[in-house]
Amino acid sequence: MSSADLAPKPEGILDTELDAESLRRRLAETWKTRSGLVGFLSSVDHKVIARRYLITALIFLCLGGLSAVAMRVQLSGPERGLIGPDLYNQLFTMHGVTMMFLFAVPIMQAVGLYLVPLMVGTRNIAFPRLSAFSYWVYLSGGVFVWVSFFLNMGPDIGWFAYVPLSGPEFAPGKRADVWAQMITYTEVSSLAVAVATIVTVLKQRAPGMSLDRIPLFVWAILVTSFVIVFAMPSVMIASSFLILDRLVGTHIFNPAEGGDALIFQHLFWFFGHPEVYIIFLPATGMVSAIVPTFARRPIFGYLALVLSLIAVGILSFGLWVHHMFATGLPKLGASFFTASSMLIAIPNGIQIFCWLATLWSGGPLRLKTPLLFVFGFFFIFVAGGLTGVMLASVPLDLQVHDTYFVVAHFHYVLIGGAVFPLLGATYYWFPKLTGRMMSERLGRWHFWLAFIGFNAAFFPMHIVGLWGMPRRVYTYPVELGWGGINLFITAGALLFFLSFVLFVINLARSARSGEAAGENPWDAGTLEWAVSSPPPNYNFARIPVVAHSEPLWAERGSMPVAAGLRVDAREVLISTVAEAKPDLREKSARPSIWPFFSALSVGGTFLGSIFTPWAVVWGALPIAVSLIGWFWPKGAPEDEE
Amino acid sequence: MRERTVLELSSLPTFGSGPRSPTWWGTLAFIALEGTGFVLAAATYLYLAYIAPGWPLSAAPPNHWPGTIVTILLVASLVPNHILSGYAKKCEMRPVRIGMLVMTAFGLAPLIVRGFEFPALNIYWDTNAYGSMLWVLLGLHTLHLLTDVGDTIVLAVLMFTHHGNSGRRFADVEDNIFYWYFVVLTWLPLYFLIYWLPRF
Amino acid sequence: MTKAAGRIAGAVLLAFILSGCSGVQSALDPKGPAAGELARLIWFFTVLCTIIWVLVMGVVAGILLRRRQRRLHDPLRVDQDEERTISRVVISAVGATALVLVGLTLLSFFANRTLAGIGEDAVLTIRLTGHQWWWEVRYENAEPNRILTTANEIHIPAGEAVRLLLESDDVIHSFWVPSLHGKLDLVPGMVNTLTLRADRPGIYRGQCAEFCGAQHAHMATLVVAQPRAEFDAWYDEQLKSAVEPSSEEQRTGRDTFLNGPCVMCHRIQGTPAGAITGPDLTHVASRQTIAAGTLRFSRGNLAAWIADPQGIKPGSKMPVMDLDGDQLNAIVAYLESLK
Ligand code: HEA
Ligand code: HEA
Ligand code: HEC
Ligand code: CUA
Ligand SMILES: [Cu+2]
Repeated sequence: MSSADLAPKPEGILDTELDAESLRRRLAETWKTRSGLVGFLSSVDHKVIARRYLITALIFLCLGGLSAVAMRVQLSGPERGLIGPDLYNQLFTMHGVTMMFLFAVPIMQAVGLYLVPLMVGTRNIAFPRLSAFSYWVYLSGGVFVWVSFFLNMGPDIGWFAYVPLSGPEFAPGKRADVWAQMITYTEVSSLAVAVATIVTVLKQRAPGMSLDRIPLFVWAILVTSFVIVFAMPSVMIASSFLILDRLVGTHIFNPAEGGDALIFQHLFWFFGHPEVYIIFLPATGMVSAIVPTFARRPIFGYLALVLSLIAVGILSFGLWVHHMFATGLPKLGASFFTASSMLIAIPNGIQIFCWLATLWSGGPLRLKTPLLFVFGFFFIFVAGGLTGVMLASVPLDLQVHDTYFVVAHFHYVLIGGAVFPLLGATYYWFPKLTGRMMSERLGRWHFWLAFIGFNAAFFPMHIVGLWGMPRRVYTYPVELGWGGINLFITAGALLFFLSFVLFVINLARSARSGEAAGENPWDAGTLEWAVSSPPPNYNFARIPVVAHSEPLWAERGSMPVAAGLRVDAREVLISTVAEAKPDLREKSARPSIWPFFSALSVGGTFLGSIFTPWAVVWGALPIAVSLIGWFWPKGAPEDEE
Repeated sequence: MRERTVLELSSLPTFGSGPRSPTWWGTLAFIALEGTGFVLAAATYLYLAYIAPGWPLSAAPPNHWPGTIVTILLVASLVPNHILSGYAKKCEMRPVRIGMLVMTAFGLAPLIVRGFEFPALNIYWDTNAYGSMLWVLLGLHTLHLLTDVGDTIVLAVLMFTHHGNSGRRFADVEDNIFYWYFVVLTWLPLYFLIYWLPRF
Repeated sequence: MTKAAGRIAGAVLLAFILSGCSGVQSALDPKGPAAGELARLIWFFTVLCTIIWVLVMGVVAGILLRRRQRRLHDPLRVDQDEERTISRVVISAVGATALVLVGLTLLSFFANRTLAGIGEDAVLTIRLTGHQWWWEVRYENAEPNRILTTANEIHIPAGEAVRLLLESDDVIHSFWVPSLHGKLDLVPGMVNTLTLRADRPGIYRGQCAEFCGAQHAHMATLVVAQPRAEFDAWYDEQLKSAVEPSSEEQRTGRDTFLNGPCVMCHRIQGTPAGAITGPDLTHVASRQTIAAGTLRFSRGNLAAWIADPQGIKPGSKMPVMDLDGDQLNAIVAYLESLK
């Protein structure tokens, strides 16, 4: 047979044959997630998976936050005996890994998972089963590390787990293995989502959404996903080497046998620095989405913003040594990393200036809660970025490295730069997720409490860091006079904690009884607002055709759409990479329970490998079986063609 | 919002190959991330070799013959791989079936010889860092070889069932071919690092 | 309401800042040329960054102030003239950013050079080895019998440059005495070099700055800068063997020490105790603190430490030993005599 025989046979039912009502009914049937336990475990709807991701990440935020509160209580006065060193060290490690690996990165990816298909105008993420798989892997990794913690096996080596402290000699027991395998789980899941996101953005954009019409949020997620693809392998290599050293006796990090301790730091930070932008870049995307809506004008400097995103993504791979200035590297080499770290302030500055320009020149500002959080972001993030510039100076860093000054810097950029936009984004997109608005009144209270609490908790850390207080100490002597300021910090942290309680109350109340939102409550311009809130399981009854970067502003009367996709099988439109010309009608995978089983067998293998290297051999069989089950065609139209 | 139809899609093909297909891009992304892993592992090896006073650390260089045979096999496999790619593009069932069998054989053969490579390294992973890195690099590549051969076998079986007769399957074959290039290409620098660097 | 709260918070903070400048472990209270250079650098960066921050916040304030004056119109309609003006402003701001950054990079580079230039004429070499969780201090000397080993307290001659060779015996530690110099890590398998100079006599506290396990919080050190003569006298004193016990109790103490578990880990020069897994105790009573800054040196604290090191410094590598009250008192009496 030849290719001609396989040419498209217009079998199946096309949407062109149906009226609006039956079109919607047929699509809803085709794209449905089945009910029942099996249906629950099989879902491949990006919105369902993303919602699970979001809720799980919020629970981890709560756990990470509670461990922070515990630490703050212990540190509230000198020589407090509430928490001993053993528990404290587990707490700050759990806090760090939970916030970075189980909260910040997954939640950013989850927002992307939810919004990107809607924003680019497609019906599902590319490789939906891979995304389902990644959620289960993420969940099992998070549960695994927290169960270990409650069994007194929580890692106690800091979130970057330097060797030799985490090596076989100085970390007996399983705690360091728990850290290393938690890394493997979460990185596998991040990488999977990143790949799915990249392909969605490159290949599944609505017709006409050429590169210069991609919403900035989507650009941000795209760049982030690329950074993930090139950064995460580094930490997986580092953690795998560590596991090998610990489990089978290799000497990669053992200086006595020709290994080296610093190579671990290089590998970790070659990932670890991009990691902070993996958290930050999606947040800038959120700001870029909120600002034009509330300033009522298209973003100022679209091209400059896109180029800045790309520049930050690329430059982020050239800064890792600024975390290692105190290790005694050659001076000249270190100075190079001062220069590169300073350089990255330029694209970051461009972003700030463009947002300010947009806000300056738009229509009347609508100072709603999402925008309040964006203003909070300016206030806090710019300060944090500037302390970052201070840290980038080699000699200056030698005084403040590993002190509370650094703790202050990174909470300013992480919370101010990522969590504040995230909170704003929650107020902004909550109506899309639930169909209801969040309470504006509670939102204002939440904002002010968070803003004041945050600054009270973290600003004084700069000072106490300069006074000489190192990080990662479970207590400090009375004579140093750090007691009062630490008490103040703890009070601020409690205030900040309260703001989150208010937030959760607002979420819960609004989800039940918030004001109904409608399709486009903010009168925003991007495609996710073209569909109902919450969106139907097939997202778009007909794929929109895009002719402007703010399509909903450009098309006030009616929406141009494309017709001709099947409705009795899950069909998505594949378009060309640069111009987004329609190219193929491909099938999107149906629900399947095999990704769940694959995640179980992969997770079980990771878990087992902590105890014996043979687990990798035993685990190969269930992994192979579940993967074959996953990919083996079941005869549905989606599996053929 | 009201909709107005401006574009008709029903005449579009339902599968495509190469850069037209999303799977191809997915494969490319996985190749990129796995390639990054290889590069970083190799960089670690070079870093350790660089800071060590002598390389290999107090061990005899490995016997390169098993590795050389694997290299020859892998490079030779590129020829049938390339031919298979032509048939897969044209969706010709019989040659593709034969090709998949040939590629399975070309996947299994290096794996068998690989079994002789590990002892030929002349050092164990737990002797010193040099030994560790040799085993790590070889192990990493073996893992890729194993998974790809597994994938090839499953796909070969699939091609002999009624599921094989679908454009989508031929695109899968092409992705398998694409990935095999990657497996072979990553081996070449590793072959140099493992067997020849210790001789300089 | 929020304004008032802000003002109160500001006042409280200011009070903190002012009260803290004279801390014994503050980077803002330099007592040596390196720390002085660094403190100037920190202040310069801080002031400049504050100015930049205020400028940006000024724009933010401007946005908030003029927000009501603008009219609602089609969001896609932009005023091209205004757009051009804004472009110019943004481009200049980016240019200014670049200039500032170049300046800061150069500044930092030259500060680094200045630091490297301090004390190329070091008079003394001290090998500092990090242990979990104490410091081994060894004064190098061409004459083997003038090599001195002590622990946790580093004496240096004031006004003179001293070279520290930093090594580690186990995990990574970091040596940091903020009022004298920035920190530098002690990495196993590496030797790092740091030059210290204290301008004036004084006692400067430092603390391990790289997380090194359970008792990272209690790994402090004191740098004692003395006038040259005093330092020499101290040095000679430290080189001597331990003093002979002068009372019955002290003699019992020494015997208990030598027959007990203590000899497995400690050295007291002039006695058979020669182990080096714990700090050298030859002149332990001349030190100001016990267990790397955990306790002040006093008879009571010494007794408390020896009776229950794990209670005072949980996880410490010194075990709790089975000593009865008399043995404990005797050992304490003996150790207290080791000036
Ligand atoms: C969201 C996360 C995030 C972000 C965005 C940043 C942004 C930056 N960071 Fe930060 N950083 C962290 C998270 C982040 N960091 C974390 C988690 C750590 C600690 C890890 C650990 O040890 O546990 C860390 C640690 C860290 C260090 C190591 C400190 C140490 O351990 O000793 C350094 C040193 O150079 C540094 C520098 C910078 C710089 C130069 C930027 C720049 O990108 C900032 C650029 C932004 C601005 C400068 C503001 C906007 C610009 C303008 C308004 C223009 C005008 C500006 C000028 C003229 C200067 N960071
Ligand atoms: C995104 C990342 C992130 C976030 C959000 C936070 C948030 C906080 N961090 Fe975190 N922190 C890190 C990342 C983060 N941190 C990292 C990477 C480290 C380094 C770890 C290491 O050294 O290895 C660190 C270290 C660190 C330290 C230093 C510990 C040490 O060195 O000894 C301290 C000390 O005060 C601290 C405090 C806090 C506080 C008070 C918060 C607060 O903002 C927390 C606020 C949140 C909450 C309080 C939870 C919210 C509650 C809910 C959502 C549910 C509420 C619901 C009900 C009650 C029903 N953090
Ligand atoms: C297993 C080893 C070990 C044994 C046995 C041991 N010590 Fe120690 N000792 C240490 C270590 C290690 C330290 C440093 C602890 C620290 O600061 O964390 C130390 C510290 C001390 C100090 C404080 C020294 C200083 O410079 O601050 C004193 C005093 C001391 N030990 C006395 C004793 C006495 C007396 C005994 C016996 C009764 C004893 N030690 C038994 C290992 C030991
Ligand atoms: Cu030694 Cu921290
Ligand atoms: Cu960084």
